Amino acid sequence: MQDLKEWRETLQQQSHRGDRPSLTVGMSTCGQAAGGAKVMAALAEEIARRGLQVDISQTSCIGMCYAEPIVEVALPGKPRVFYGDVTPERVPGLIEKHLVQGEPVREWALIQLSGEATPYEGIPVMPGSTYYGRQVRVVTSRLGLTNPESLEEYIATGGYEALEKVLSGMSPEQVIEEIKISGLRGRGGAGFPTGLKWSFTRQAPGDKKYVVCNADEGDPGAFMDRSVLEGDPFAVIEGMTIAAYAIGADEGYIYCRAEYPLAIKRLKMAITAAGEKGLLGRDILGTGFNFDLHIKAGAGAFVCGEETALLASIEGKRGMPRVRPPFPAQQGLWGKPTNINNVETYANVPFIIKNGGQWFAAMGTEKSKGTKVFCLTGKVKKTGLIEVPMGITLREIIFDIAGGIQDDKQFKAVQIGGPSGGCLPEDKLDLPVDYDSLTRAGAIMGSGGMVVMDENTCMVDVARFFLNFTQAESCGKCTPCREGTKRMLEILTRICEGQGKMEDLDTLETLARVVKNTALCGLGQTCPNPILSTLQYFRQEYEAHIKDKRCPAHVCQALLVYTIDAGKCTGCGACARACPAGAISGEKKQPHRIDPALCIKCGSCMEKCKFGAISRL
Amino acid sequence: MDAGSNNDVNIKAKALADALERYAGTRGALIPLLQEAQEIYGYLPREIMQEIAGKLKIPFSQVYGVATFYTQFHLKPRGRNIIRVCQGTACHVRGGARLLEAISAALGIGKNETTADGRFTLETVACLGSCGLAPVMMINEETYGRLVPEKIPAILEKY
Repeated sequence: MQDLKEWRETLQQQSHRGDRPSLTVGMSTCGQAAGGAKVMAALAEEIARRGLQVDISQTSCIGMCYAEPIVEVALPGKPRVFYGDVTPERVPGLIEKHLVQGEPVREWALIQLSGEATPYEGIPVMPGSTYYGRQVRVVTSRLGLTNPESLEEYIATGGYEALEKVLSGMSPEQVIEEIKISGLRGRGGAGFPTGLKWSFTRQAPGDKKYVVCNADEGDPGAFMDRSVLEGDPFAVIEGMTIAAYAIGADEGYIYCRAEYPLAIKRLKMAITAAGEKGLLGRDILGTGFNFDLHIKAGAGAFVCGEETALLASIEGKRGMPRVRPPFPAQQGLWGKPTNINNVETYANVPFIIKNGGQWFAAMGTEKSKGTKVFCLTGKVKKTGLIEVPMGITLREIIFDIAGGIQDDKQFKAVQIGGPSGGCLPEDKLDLPVDYDSLTRAGAIMGSGGMVVMDENTCMVDVARFFLNFTQAESCGKCTPCREGTKRMLEILTRICEGQGKMEDLDTLETLARVVKNTALCGLGQTCPNPILSTLQYFRQEYEAHIKDKRCPAHVCQALLVYTIDAGKCTGCGACARACPAGAISGEKKQPHRIDPALCIKCGSCMEKCKFGAISRL
Repeated sequence: MDAGSNNDVNIKAKALADALERYAGTRGALIPLLQEAQEIYGYLPREIMQEIAGKLKIPFSQVYGVATFYTQFHLKPRGRNIIRVCQGTACHVRGGARLLEAISAALGIGKNETTADGRFTLETVACLGSCGLAPVMMINEETYGRLVPEKIPAILEKY
């Protein structure tokens, strides 16, 4: 243990970001998708060409997905400056001005991190910028700022201080007590008190116990677990190790989506690195405490996010949930007491232990403590990964942090909690974001996906979209979910196609309530939420589809009618050439017409028309 | 069958035998074994699943049940390049459906189909977790973000 302390001090003194200029590229999945690798190659080439002495390294997602690829430039003794939307073409200019001449390129800079250095003028400082001003970064505090593949950097930035504290004198009960004081609730969505869950597993009889991390993030529209795994894998591992000590387990599993190859790769590296330094495995830090950690790659089934289905999947079976009780705390993996938490929950643990439960409980609201990571996507100006204190309002998140709606369109709804969540309208924007307020409003915290929708989104189509998903992902074990989702999807499809009847709405609501109340697991119990919330808040859209055979947002194809305004049409023929169905005809330089019987309503003509002559009703 | 493909068959059989050896006696081995087998063969041929069932001493029905439950497993051969178009919520509200249509039109195949020359297989995925760059797709291990249908032909040409 003394060795670890000394090692940390040495690492901190050496501080790798000291005397040489450095370039860091955001290389998490989103950074790479935006072209991060090309930028990194261009940087390396330019550095080599000029023969400069510069360190190039990679980091994870800093959260500003809207500005990827992001490159950080740091000169010794100067603030770290982050540039967004970097392209290979911009690289030579960036290196010339900032690295060689020592002047940041202000028009490309997003933010700076000054530390002890004097900030540059004209570039927002990270905590005070509009994007970060309202955020409180705990779980995401290392993301985008350290190299996730480096155990040294993790330790130098305070990593493993918590495990050290736990193993140098805290009893398992004291650890659990600290987590209880913090008020941490499960970040996977349901919000069960973490400390309580741990104590159940600790008290369960049996000498073999397991710790499991649910990293099967299947919610469409959510990527916080991926970002944390890719950006700070050691924090998740340290949190799990502390949990293992607290509940009396010596073995653990991380069940990670196979769609996240980079997260799996980084976890593997982190497990190996921690094992080599005696922070995992046999006799951790010489205290006699053992903890072995394995990774299981998921095989693609949304229902495996449900804890009992996840355990079945680790055991090599079809991922089907079972009736609870007994809860996994009593009978989990291979019948042994098992503690399951999600990625963000474990990642919070080292911070709580290090700073104390009270510190954590001081953030957030009375019943929802701490911070929550959200993925803010959809039609907002600044999409990204944010971490905010619980209790912040939706309006602050969407309009202050994310800068409002893209192209200054009208806000329509925000969808929270993935397929199990709900769609909240404009008059709920001042709702504080905490477990209980969201549930009361008909949504759920879920894992933290937040998809913002504008006036061009059809809420009936959105409900159908989610039902289509849950229907396909239902494991089929219980009848309400298997049959209920199918029938509800049929009704929604009918409405979207203009074949709906008013009594369908009552049937839909009844079915939704029955499925909610009778399904076996969380998937079925929550899948009606998108329907119920859209029926509650956007009923007039359903009625427009049924009564007027009209889709107010112009989304449902079957209800659209394309027409050409003869006054505006110049007869250029661009629309006719674009039409894949041959539905447009007309003489050159004469107004054209669309034959509604042939039109497949794809909208290609409207995109091609330069004169705004085609309209959609 | 020429010598090259014979060799190929042997390499694959050897790789599978190695995997079976490594997982011998491990609990919960079925899914990782199927994953490795699919890695080796590109899909799960029936006789391979039978071999796995035999080695693990479990009924073939159980192997088949697991292989058909999870979307990751494929029981038919797939193309050389796998396109996975994201159908997540963020992609949906930002035009993911039109993206799928454009790819489908460019390749002349539908969802879960393979082009006649075996060059591409078109699949969909619930969410790739790159929602900030929606709409997105993956071709093999490479992720493409902020897509519009017009960008599709040029990207496909690279494969």
